[in-house]
Amino acid sequence: MFYREAGQFKSSYKEDQAVFPILQDRIGIAILLLVAFIGIPLFAGDYFVGAIMTPFLILALAAVGLNILTGYAGQISLGTGAFMAVGAFSAYKLATFSIALGGAEATLPLILTILLAGVVAALVGVMFGIPSLRIKGFYLAVATLAAQFFIEWLLVKVGWFTNYSPSGVITAPPLVVLGYEFHTPAEKYLFTLTFVVVMAMAAKNLVRSHIGRGWMAIRDMDIAAEIIGFRPLQTKLTAFAVSSFFCGVAGALWAFVHLGTVEPEAFGINRSFSILFMVIIGGMGSILGAFIGAAFITLLPIFLNNVPPMIGWNIGVDMVAHLEFMIFGVLIIFFLIVEPHGLARLWTIGKEKLRTWPFPY
Amino acid sequence: MSLKKFVLGAVGAAVLAAPLAAPAPALAEDTLYLPKLVYRTGPFAPGGIPTANGASDYWAMINERDGGVNGARVIYEECEFGYNTDRGVECYERTKTNHGGALIYQPYSTGVTYALTDRTRTDKIPLLTMGYGRSDAGVGTAFPWVFPLMTNYWGQATGIFKYISEQEGGIDAMKDKTIALVYLDIAYGKESIPIFRTMSEKFGFTLKEYPVTFPGLEQKATWLQVRRARPDYIVMWGWGAMNQTAIKEAAGIRFPAEKFIGNWWAGAEQDTVPAGDAAIGYKSATFNVAGKEFPVIQEIVKHVYGKGNGAGEENVGQVLYNRSVVTQTFIHAGILAAQEKFGVKAITSEQLRWGMENIKIDDATAAKMGITGMVPNIAPTCEDHIGGGSFFIQQWDGKKWNLVSEPIEPMNDLVVPAMQETADKYLKEKGLEPATCG
Amino acid sequence: MEDFVIEFMFFLEVLFSGLLTGTLYSLVALGFVLIFKASGVFNFAQGAMMLFAALSLVGFQEMLGVHWTVAFLLTVVVMILLAWCVEKFVLGKLVNQEPIILFMATIGITFFLDGFGQTLWGSDIKPLDIGLPTGSLDFGGIFVDQLELVAGATAGGLVLGLAIFFNKTKIGRALRAVADDHQAAMSVGISLRNIWIIVWSVAGLVGLVAGIMWGSKLGVQFSLSLLALKALPVLMLGGFTSIPGAIIGGLIIGAGEKLAEIYLGPFVGGAIENWFAYMLAMVFLLFRPQGLFGEKIIERV
Repeated sequence: MFYREAGQFKSSYKEDQAVFPILQDRIGIAILLLVAFIGIPLFAGDYFVGAIMTPFLILALAAVGLNILTGYAGQISLGTGAFMAVGAFSAYKLATFSIALGGAEATLPLILTILLAGVVAALVGVMFGIPSLRIKGFYLAVATLAAQFFIEWLLVKVGWFTNYSPSGVITAPPLVVLGYEFHTPAEKYLFTLTFVVVMAMAAKNLVRSHIGRGWMAIRDMDIAAEIIGFRPLQTKLTAFAVSSFFCGVAGALWAFVHLGTVEPEAFGINRSFSILFMVIIGGMGSILGAFIGAAFITLLPIFLNNVPPMIGWNIGVDMVAHLEFMIFGVLIIFFLIVEPHGLARLWTIGKEKLRTWPFPY
Repeated sequence: MSLKKFVLGAVGAAVLAAPLAAPAPALAEDTLYLPKLVYRTGPFAPGGIPTANGASDYWAMINERDGGVNGARVIYEECEFGYNTDRGVECYERTKTNHGGALIYQPYSTGVTYALTDRTRTDKIPLLTMGYGRSDAGVGTAFPWVFPLMTNYWGQATGIFKYISEQEGGIDAMKDKTIALVYLDIAYGKESIPIFRTMSEKFGFTLKEYPVTFPGLEQKATWLQVRRARPDYIVMWGWGAMNQTAIKEAAGIRFPAEKFIGNWWAGAEQDTVPAGDAAIGYKSATFNVAGKEFPVIQEIVKHVYGKGNGAGEENVGQVLYNRSVVTQTFIHAGILAAQEKFGVKAITSEQLRWGMENIKIDDATAAKMGITGMVPNIAPTCEDHIGGGSFFIQQWDGKKWNLVSEPIEPMNDLVVPAMQETADKYLKEKGLEPATCG
Repeated sequence: MEDFVIEFMFFLEVLFSGLLTGTLYSLVALGFVLIFKASGVFNFAQGAMMLFAALSLVGFQEMLGVHWTVAFLLTVVVMILLAWCVEKFVLGKLVNQEPIILFMATIGITFFLDGFGQTLWGSDIKPLDIGLPTGSLDFGGIFVDQLELVAGATAGGLVLGLAIFFNKTKIGRALRAVADDHQAAMSVGISLRNIWIIVWSVAGLVGLVAGIMWGSKLGVQFSLSLLALKALPVLMLGGFTSIPGAIIGGLIIGAGEKLAEIYLGPFVGGAIENWFAYMLAMVFLLFRPQGLFGEKIIERV
């Protein structure tokens, strides 16, 4: 009843192939964007905006990136953290390099810096994607760990990447775009949100294009895809490139916008794992799923951690943390049993139901 | 998947989202809010538990015995972050505005310290990083809100070297000696390398660097190399699971334990007890003395444990526990100074910054605080957030840690210029102006 | 000439200690192999199971004050119970799902076990002493860690035992049948449920043994679960489905990473062990994508 698409006729191919062909979807997205762009910065507190929403959005962006590689192109990767690190450190090098050249005024525009950092990450991603032509499945997942550990090590070891800072920790320069400095949590949040929305839309369109169809063909069966004319080399490597670009941008945002300082450990193996979890829990092959998964993996533990003190249950922070772990684990299993295809699938099913509700037949 | 389930799920999600934005309630009486980021779980919990217990017990004692600081009750609240930097930042943001605003933070984690350096500057909250964090943070004009106090890693490195040269009969005797630096290969472990290189050039000893891959569970290759190099001394910059493995491995290559010196994060009961007999004779730096005989510890035993409270009796008197207690007494002293200066009981974090810059731990204050002989005297200023501290070398005898040195002062002629240099670089990269003092 | 002898002795020492360390990795890897072989599940929880088993062992010892053998038996019971729970509440509900979903489910188990283990037994470091020898033996200038010798022997014994179990017993044959083809095995009357419980129990047992070895070395603490990361290159190199592969892979990785760290490390700044193990395994994979002893992957369109 609420979700009827009857009467919405498409009279051109363009309309038929729109990203959101159904009116209700368009309204829903518009409302969501309004809330995200106006509602949250206006009404939510600094804690919610700065410590919850901003990191969530950045990790969701990385999850979108990994979802392109794992969900659409079928290549499991555990090198996400490393590609984020490449993005973060490239952005830092680009930013400080331009400071060194022409003083603080002549810096490379911030947005360009971040995008270029993504490009560098893409190149590195392609390099480490080459073994995927031979290695498949979990073997590939473990092989990408080689990238993870190697890049982490390289960034710690080579002083040039950190401008010879004694401890290998970089402090990001201030966020200035066209002379305007993004300072408060809300401003930083909006900065991140803009990036994330634009890039998520780009990803959504990309996976609907012929490139995306190539990825999916490779995922479903690479030999068959090869036979019908997709080149595995190019298809897989573009997936690695695009995915790493997203991860690189996410890494740069994490360093510049969220933490303001970055050490390679911030992009360690745990980061790679948690982003893979987001993709699987959220739903492989779904951009929406990346967001839902990121929410599940980042917000749920924080929420669980907040509950016992909130309801006045005084059991000590260590016990809370243990409970958080246990409940989180149980919920992962619970959701997998309820819907193995990810939380995004629940949304799809929900839509189906709403379409006919309250008269199922 | 029925509709009912779906609706239930949606309602559940809404309920889940609700408390994330809940604000803190206001309050009437004079209170001092001291949040503490702790890690009682996770891979570094063995070190996190005693540091958390020390703080928790100290403030419980103050509230119990004195009813707070000058009548202002202390609200001590823990936030668990499991040594995970993201969660540490989240904890900081979660707690900073509670109960009228957090007064000071003490994360006991290098990663979180780095991440909070900028945030505390914006929020104007002091960050007490006694014995860890950025070595250059002692420059008060560049890091007005960070208080490393006592000494930093560079000062510690020079002090350990001074101790070694005393053992060998003077700096000149070090010329043909070899020192092996075994460090955990992350930001924290690497912090001491530049100053060791400078010293090696200046004093002519041979420096060999041996990184240990994080988290340092498997160190065979490192110790095979150490054995081949036959160093005269080994200095270790370790933390967590790495320490006791290293102590065991050193015993495995039959290196004399008394020539093996850890830094002050590699010298606690948690490192030596699991290593068993291998640890007997092992030395480490420390700026606080272990033991239960100090008045402040006795007071805790009496007022907290005596009443059946307390966070963990087995930790009382341990190195890390006492370190945490000492840290709290410094905060206590800072609060007292600020209360006196500004004439209010419930001070703000900005006032506490002034207080921390004006604490004077001399013999009189130490006696008042009950920490006589437990920690060297310091007197930080606005420019100098270290305050000219010193530290000791202690040795493990199989049961407890014993001091084996007089207080050692760092070679400030080497350390201070190096600090100033990187602090200036930090200001330049951040595009910040140095803070003014006075 | 003398220099050469010393250098050669040192080389031998590095090689030997690398091989021994490798067997310690193999112990962890074995648990992965068992479960992957019988159920196709990439068990991320193996590290957590190892930690949980070791924690329980020490916990029982402390709490009940019993001899370690009693604690060992109690822990075995706990691990069997755990296996039963995993089958009953997790895997049993996820029959016929894709491997990655099962993998994710084991991650849920990991989180649960990490929290549960610490709830029961605390997060503090606990010394584990069941009378295994410590310290090193001196063989003419070559130091050999006694504990590692014991670990090596144990690993060898375990592999032998498992090989006999798989090849000679009825259950073992059933396990292999399941590994080959779930459907066919079920159709000849093998209970998939029981097989899974058995396999997870055996993996739990292997985890316990690995936990004892590593726990004696490091003390029982949360970091033990991170050792799973050291086992992954071993697994990859040996093949996910081969028990001897886990041992051979362990030997190659152990010796390889130590030799690289000592002879290559100093030129590039050291601490290369971690990534070198993975790189080494990856190079092997480029030539044999299913690992040294893994089953050949046959693809049909």
